[in-house]
Amino acid sequence: MAHSLLEKIKSGVLWDFPGGVHPPERKSMSITDSVDTLPLTDYYYVPLKQHIGVYSELRVKVGDKVKKGQALTFSNHNMAVPVHAPTSGEIIEIGEHVSSHASGIPEKTVTIKSDGLDESIELQPQSHFHTQSKESIIKALQEAGITGLGGAGFPTHVKQQAQDIEYLLINGVECEPYITADDMLMRNYADEIVHGIEVLAHLLEPKLVVIAIEDNKPEAIAALDEACKDKQQFIVRKIPTKYPAGGEKQLIQVLTGKQVPKGSPPAALGIVSQNVGTCYAIYKAIYTGEPLIERIVTITGENLDKPQNVWARIGTPVEHLLNTAGYHPEDINAQKLVMGGPMMGFNLHSAQVPVTKSTNCIIAPTQQELPPAPPEKACIRCSDCADACPASLLPQQLYWHSSAKEYDKAQDLNLFDCIECGACAFVCPSDIPLVQYYRQAKAEIRQAEVEQEKAEQAKKRFEARAERLEKEKEARLAKHKKAAENRKKAMQSDPSAQDKVAAALARVQAKKAEQTENNTDSAQSTVKSKAEQAIELAKAKRLAKQGETKTSEEFSNTNDNENASDNKSKAQAAIERAKAKRLAKQAAQAQAENTEADANITGAQNTTDAQSDTKADTKSVAKAAIERAKAKRLAKQAAQTQAENTEADANTTGAQNTTDAQPDTKSVAQAAIERAKAKRLAKQNAQAQAENTEADANTTGAQNTTDAQSDTKADTKSVAKAAIERAKAKPLAKEAQQIQTEHDEANASEPKLEENNDKSLQAASSASDTKAKAQAAIAKAKARRQQSDDNAEMNNATQATHEHVDISSDNKAKARAAIERAKARRQQAEQQTNEAASVEENDHDSEQKVRIKAAIAKAKAKREQGQ
Amino acid sequence: MTLISALIVLGVLALIFGSILGYAAIKYKVDADPLVDQIDEILPQTQCGQCGYPGCKPYAQAIADGDDINKCPPGGDNTIHKIADLTGREYTPLAGTESDDVAEEVKKVAYIREDECIGCTKCIQACPVDAIVGASKAMHTVITDECTGCDLCVDPCPVDCIDMLPLAQTTQSWKWQLDAIPVKQVH
Repeated sequence: MAHSLLEKIKSGVLWDFPGGVHPPERKSMSITDSVDTLPLTDYYYVPLKQHIGVYSELRVKVGDKVKKGQALTFSNHNMAVPVHAPTSGEIIEIGEHVSSHASGIPEKTVTIKSDGLDESIELQPQSHFHTQSKESIIKALQEAGITGLGGAGFPTHVKQQAQDIEYLLINGVECEPYITADDMLMRNYADEIVHGIEVLAHLLEPKLVVIAIEDNKPEAIAALDEACKDKQQFIVRKIPTKYPAGGEKQLIQVLTGKQVPKGSPPAALGIVSQNVGTCYAIYKAIYTGEPLIERIVTITGENLDKPQNVWARIGTPVEHLLNTAGYHPEDINAQKLVMGGPMMGFNLHSAQVPVTKSTNCIIAPTQQELPPAPPEKACIRCSDCADACPASLLPQQLYWHSSAKEYDKAQDLNLFDCIECGACAFVCPSDIPLVQYYRQAKAEIRQAEVEQEKAEQAKKRFEARAERLEKEKEARLAKHKKAAENRKKAMQSDPSAQDKVAAALARVQAKKAEQTENNTDSAQSTVKSKAEQAIELAKAKRLAKQGETKTSEEFSNTNDNENASDNKSKAQAAIERAKAKRLAKQAAQAQAENTEADANITGAQNTTDAQSDTKADTKSVAKAAIERAKAKRLAKQAAQTQAENTEADANTTGAQNTTDAQPDTKSVAQAAIERAKAKRLAKQNAQAQAENTEADANTTGAQNTTDAQSDTKADTKSVAKAAIERAKAKPLAKEAQQIQTEHDEANASEPKLEENNDKSLQAASSASDTKAKAQAAIAKAKARRQQSDDNAEMNNATQATHEHVDISSDNKAKARAAIERAKARRQQAEQQTNEAASVEENDHDSEQKVRIKAAIAKAKAKREQGQ
Repeated sequence: MTLISALIVLGVLALIFGSILGYAAIKYKVDADPLVDQIDEILPQTQCGQCGYPGCKPYAQAIADGDDINKCPPGGDNTIHKIADLTGREYTPLAGTESDDVAEEVKKVAYIREDECIGCTKCIQACPVDAIVGASKAMHTVITDECTGCDLCVDPCPVDCIDMLPLAQTTQSWKWQLDAIPVKQVH
């Protein structure tokens, strides 16, 4: 079969492709006797990528002096070819320049300022290519930057790597109107083209080389016939003129009768085709060593005085070509410039667009010559487009689907077999720009494919990440487990530790038994009492630190403070101790904010070790630790007067953390927030006066309190209650003293607030009634909160309390009150700075109070200064 | 006799076919719901969580379990149509919009203003596709090609140095706008 096909081709049999059109050729106007070389211009714009394939990397930088033929880029990729300096000069810019693309979107371009010397690098011809390996020749082709000069810009050396090639087709068809670049090349450089073909034939070893030329170029045919007369293997074949016979697939069909299968290259059929221009470039690269830095460009159109073909350097701006050809536009603002032919070319956005390796023609037409497209009319289903289609597609159907964006259906109708030749649009009586629709549809589909690919990639990365996180988590768990085991082992191996644990257990049990007896008279839930106890602990601590001895006998909530589970109190005592210790340390160092969290955790762990038998407690302790860490951060931020949001976050997180725990944990957590806040206050006092010893005293005090609490309950309770009262009374007292100085603020605030202020003023005047004071303080704090518009915390608190329904309403109220007190205190602290002096003057109640207030004021002032 | 032999033959046949079917049921058992994977393939895989689920796969699972199909803003109208086709459900416009002609959003990618980056690694932890590189106290940067434009890194940044910038159009991504071929000044 193949043999007979070879015979047929040799004997001159030609086939035909379906469809095709005969547009007016208009080629004669640019036919001249010879091809002149364009004079040098000042600036050359060399786009970094002028071929189909991958980007290459720059090997020059701005300011470099380059010589003609010097490579500007390099790449190890097979699908990449370098670009070369078209002349000698200096690189003045590497940046974006309008591209020779239908979109005109700027692309990365090297701008070379010519020095006018046109000094070349040392060329290394390989004219004895017969003696060299194919690899080295292919490499030379790649390094010379040779791509298909027919239009698509496919890297030539890639095609030459094909194996088992039967036919090498040389494309000198040039079917598109106006363009005569290949015609002129064949007329004037037939021998050189044949030399180039010989290089290709050496590489591919085909059975037959067919040079195809349309029958409207008799001079070119004659010239090549003359050049090939000694070559047995070379046939010059005249083919009938029909657009688009120059298309690769169409040419193969005309010459061999074979159709290139969808999705595979012609090499799969044993066929390779090359443009005559490419053959000339190969000749230059191999015989003279000069890389691809110039090509023949047709400059034509009726707006030019001297339409002609010129040797133009790659990177020459189109403007320079036009000026050389005597450009006189009718209307400079509406001049149309077409790059490529009228069938497949595109309008240029700027005359600064550079000539690239695939630029074969520049048309400067008059309005009459290439009038703007008439308005699109409705499709009349005449099927002329289907008759004209060289790929036997259904342009009408493709048009429907493309315009309706039904891209899958368009793809089913082989949209991607469309070669965008424009024959359908040319014949369309309704002037529908069919090809534009196809191009758009193709672009959309390609984009969708790219996105699909990216989505796949993102999915993989997401899954990989999820897997990695899972592994990390497991590793962490395993580590913790191991650490716990080691700890257990250490404890077991140390008998004294065991004894201690046993002793601790015994104590715990004894206390439990004692407590159950006491508990019977009170039916209050442990939940409530725990929360209260926590609050009391905080108050007691503060009290101890302040060294106050003032007590009060009136209690509104005596009954509420009954009974607490012993385990809990122990756990809290442990926390307190850890905290007090930490506090002391901080007072001394005053800086170690980062280690606080660690200290906290250590404290919690210590507690955990001590009470390893009570699991639930451990959990709550751990949570309390988290709470403290959060509360601390919160406190720090609050001090900086910015952190309203973060505060809310911290609370939310806190609430979330405690959600799955038992209700009592929640109240403990809230209490922990309270403690943390109270602690901050205490810390500031301590720091301001630099009384480290006080902090120590505080530690002892706290320990004493907690110890006392676990042993003699009634005493502790009363002490704690006294502490609460004092804590309540104190801010109130301060408030009362400040009221005078707060007039501005009070006036500015809402009537309701004023009312509350008045109330608290009255309350303050009756200094003996601590209860009233406490209530006033709470009321005031509430008013403040309303004023400060900070609802987040409140909401969170409410939410948290809502979640455990078994908590009685007064417990809720207490939790809220606690939060409010903390807030009021903070706000007060903020306002206090300016009023510190007056506070000092007005306060004559107790010396200690004065001292503490002064300390707070100092601390604030210092902090404000620091800010 | 005929009756007995017929019964025997039919019984044997029933046994044979039964065992074949039983074997096939075990051998070709479908483990996961194939619909979930199909939906997952349609979803854009930005892993942005705007649907309310922690990723595209969980949302695919939720759709298979009956959740609304219109909760994927990055996928847009196209995705909803595809899911509607696949699941045979009614098309509903994207949640939060009214008509079905939703303006196509420009694809964006994250960009870190590098001289402002403090190297806190918070964005790295937030990125669902590991498209941010960097180390603690070292400058971070986004791998543009891998960025899905999910926005998740913007909020965690403590110094607000992450911008969502529209992806620049290139000659590769240009789509031959039919109505937008401008008449350009030549000189």
